[in-house]
Amino acid sequence: MDNRRFRFHWKTNTFAWLLLLPSLLFLFLFTFYPIAKTVKLSLFQADLATLVPVFIGLDNYTNLIGDEVFWKVMSNNLWFAIGTVPTSIILAILMAIYCNKAMRGTSMVRISFFYPTMIPMIAVANVWLFIYTPQYGLLSRLMKSIGQGDINWLGSPQYVMWAMVIMVVWKEAGYFMIFFLAGLQNIPHDLYESAQVDGVGRWTVFRKITFPLLMPTTLFVSIVALTNSFKLVDHIMIMTKGGPNNASNLLLYYIYESAFSFWDQGMASTLTVVMIGVLLLFATLNFFGLDKKIHYR
Amino acid sequence: MLLKKLKISRWLLYGCAALWLVPLLWMTVTAFRPREIALSPSFSLDFTLDNFANVWSAAPFAQYYINTIIIVVCVFAVQMLTATMAAFAFARLEFMAKNVVFMLFLVQIMIPADVLIFPNYNVLKELFLLDTKLGIMLPYFASAFGIFLLRQMFKTIPPELDEAAEIEGYSKWTILWKIYFPLSRPTYVAFGLVSVSYHWNNFLWPLIVTNSVENRPLTVGLAIFAQSFEIGAQWTEVSAATLLVIAPLLIGFLLFQRQFMNSFIHSGIK
Repeated sequence: MDNRRFRFHWKTNTFAWLLLLPSLLFLFLFTFYPIAKTVKLSLFQADLATLVPVFIGLDNYTNLIGDEVFWKVMSNNLWFAIGTVPTSIILAILMAIYCNKAMRGTSMVRISFFYPTMIPMIAVANVWLFIYTPQYGLLSRLMKSIGQGDINWLGSPQYVMWAMVIMVVWKEAGYFMIFFLAGLQNIPHDLYESAQVDGVGRWTVFRKITFPLLMPTTLFVSIVALTNSFKLVDHIMIMTKGGPNNASNLLLYYIYESAFSFWDQGMASTLTVVMIGVLLLFATLNFFGLDKKIHYR
Repeated sequence: MLLKKLKISRWLLYGCAALWLVPLLWMTVTAFRPREIALSPSFSLDFTLDNFANVWSAAPFAQYYINTIIIVVCVFAVQMLTATMAAFAFARLEFMAKNVVFMLFLVQIMIPADVLIFPNYNVLKELFLLDTKLGIMLPYFASAFGIFLLRQMFKTIPPELDEAAEIEGYSKWTILWKIYFPLSRPTYVAFGLVSVSYHWNNFLWPLIVTNSVENRPLTVGLAIFAQSFEIGAQWTEVSAATLLVIAPLLIGFLLFQRQFMNSFIHSGIK
């Protein structure tokens, strides 16, 4: 290799690495180093009773398998995902299709669907607390006015998850609508024109043209929604603290409780490892889903 | 017949939009109601600003505001710097292990700092940065999302510009800040809106890190304020406080809604 070219490469390499250095520093400090440390700490007993962490191998994991609350939390999170992901996506598609038409009032409609995205989860929780509160809440008053009995939405184990699902769908659907609006822009308009010429019904147009062509967006949004269902826990702090009897507890909140209420560091680390596993699973789903080209018929 | 059907779906859409607005309207109305009659079912037209005055004097919301603004501005300023540099390396330079490094950043997208609350708390403890604003900001100084967004933008800038500038005697570093940086303004706006709204609304991480009024952001202050009351006792004031916290972003959104929504579209599609 001739010397000048080699020197040039050496210079570019150094420059590139210098440019990357600040980002890489923080990436390692707050993503890779903590992940490695968590995996390590998950093999130790480290709670309030043990001053110096003791190596216990996989005992934390076996304890977790026997932990009723853990399974409760995982199944809660699964139901939370099942409740929020399909509903918000279907709503978002409907919103996008109807908001895509240039008609009077459309931009106002769009704003009212999207604005919950700008509100912090903690504020959302405050607002919805006033909706769900028994006796004085908006919902209670409504039910009273139509002669129905009062339900303590957040206080009863069978309703609390519903209440949270509805709230999160309200918050997220408008955000996902935006992606579908973008997706709709990419569908060639002449497809619709020829469908109209052929006199195809609106439902068929949706089934044969719109929905299949929105498929990549739907997949992308599904992954975002799925990940969010494991990330959104701020509201629990205000509304239920995971109760009643862990009926509304979710994985991330359980991590928070283990770490900062029970001060069980080993268990908090083990739970974090589980969380990382779940997120990596979604990432692989994303990889296989999005990278395989979706074929249309 | 078709016209009628169309109209029904229009009205359904309007109805749905109205339903979506109910929580905000309900809270806004409550925030302006006198405390004594807020819980009474009867209708009246009494409105007051007392709740806001009470909130402002009962909790250090001015301090919380300052904290949030400092955090949001500093995080974005640093992100802008680090992401611009890294994005340029990915977009325009050939270097060793480029793909591997790219994958490393992808991990941050897959496993965001939001879920690493406990290990990152320990990292901050090792750095003696617990209960500081810097501690709240630090995990977000590297933004893989920002890097990918800017890299995409930088790739659309014609490389001929670089060559011309290099003939003029510009160094790569100057080219980055004199050509790429100004040409990518719309992307920075998009990145800025996403970053600012994210950090304005962030809650769990600052809750864990902070322990004092001097460092608490608005969201944490609001949660503490809301929890200091028995449920239902001080609705009007909690509503007023909530409104105070969400107002800046919400007003900004209403003023620049098209730009906001476009930025979010932009941010989602890589």
